[in-house]
Amino acid sequence: MTSVAERPAVTPVDAPVSRPVEVKIRRYNPEVSEDVTWVTYTVEAFPADRVLNLLMKIKGEQDGTLTFRRSCAHGVCGSDAMRINGVNRLACKVLMKDMPDRLTIEPIKGLPVEKDLVVDMEPFFEAYRAVKPFLITGGNEPSKEWLQSQADRDRFDDTTKCILCAACTTSCPVFWTDGSYFGPAAIVNAHRFIFDSRDQGAEERLEILNDREGVWRCRTTFNCTEACPRGIQITKAIAEVKQALLFRRV
Amino acid sequence: MSTTATSRAPAKTKFGGTLYRGREGMWSWVAHRITGVLTFFFLFAHVLDTALVRVSPESYDTVIATYKNPFVNLMEIGLVGAVLYHALNGLRIIAVDFWSRGPRLQRQMLWLIVAVWVVVMVPGAFFMFKHSFEVVFGSK
Repeated sequence: MTSVAERPAVTPVDAPVSRPVEVKIRRYNPEVSEDVTWVTYTVEAFPADRVLNLLMKIKGEQDGTLTFRRSCAHGVCGSDAMRINGVNRLACKVLMKDMPDRLTIEPIKGLPVEKDLVVDMEPFFEAYRAVKPFLITGGNEPSKEWLQSQADRDRFDDTTKCILCAACTTSCPVFWTDGSYFGPAAIVNAHRFIFDSRDQGAEERLEILNDREGVWRCRTTFNCTEACPRGIQITKAIAEVKQALLFRRV
Repeated sequence: MSTTATSRAPAKTKFGGTLYRGREGMWSWVAHRITGVLTFFFLFAHVLDTALVRVSPESYDTVIATYKNPFVNLMEIGLVGAVLYHALNGLRIIAVDFWSRGPRLQRQMLWLIVAVWVVVMVPGAFFMFKHSFEVVFGSK
């Protein structure tokens, strides 16, 4: 191969440098004690590490009892939502180069804590199921492909991105104090079908969200929009559902 | 059903931890709540003192006379500030709910109403407190 000699010299890239980071974690294990404790671990973090890498390092090398959820570790499954330095984030999406040398990690707020960073997601999924997050149609099945224009698809495009991580619902001050509020995630998933031109269950879902604990509980604090790891304009979606209810126009 | 009792985490573990680090949206809501409650308490006292005129105009005058001091004057300025913020932020929330671009511009709208609040409150507080200042420092 002659081309090898002509290859330009490779400029050496500096090896990534790690730095020690203090990770303070809210620990709770009802099988041992009812008391909540804060435990601080010091771990080496590379700029390209994500907070989840640090947690796995702690669990693997320092304290195997540390409990948290994670599945895909790439921001798709939505199982590692937690409160990092006071805000809800997916641990697998927060890069350490963007973070200070001290981290405070807590479980998401407003759902019962089961152990360490693991919360009982059941109230969250109960609200999700209540808005009927599936296509509802009536009459005869179409004999050919069900066409949808690009504009019709765009109408609800934003709310299809939800991964049900609960970062939004558990960032909502209304949800913290009133656990029966449907919460942003359930409304986002209702929005996804209410504004789908193929769906015929809009009336039904709007009636469900017209409840005392439905969309009218929203106080537009925008915590949900800030917390969403998928960048969904949640408060806007909720406002659209409110308007659909007020003017009965979908 | 298994007989092993899996005890639910007590309610106290549901809350706690650090303060949620919300941004402008959350703090504007907190301020909206506080100013709303303050205005409610003012209205509560105001309905009572105004209703007193039906009981006896003399006692009404006596009560109103107790308001004429610099401390209550400061509270009045606070009241104007609270009502003004509550009203302006209320307009912002209406825009968020009804204007399609509202949710995207909520932060800018907050800084806009804060600016309007300052522009109104600085001269407003000056003229409201002018009399008290003259009374306290003796030019009147």
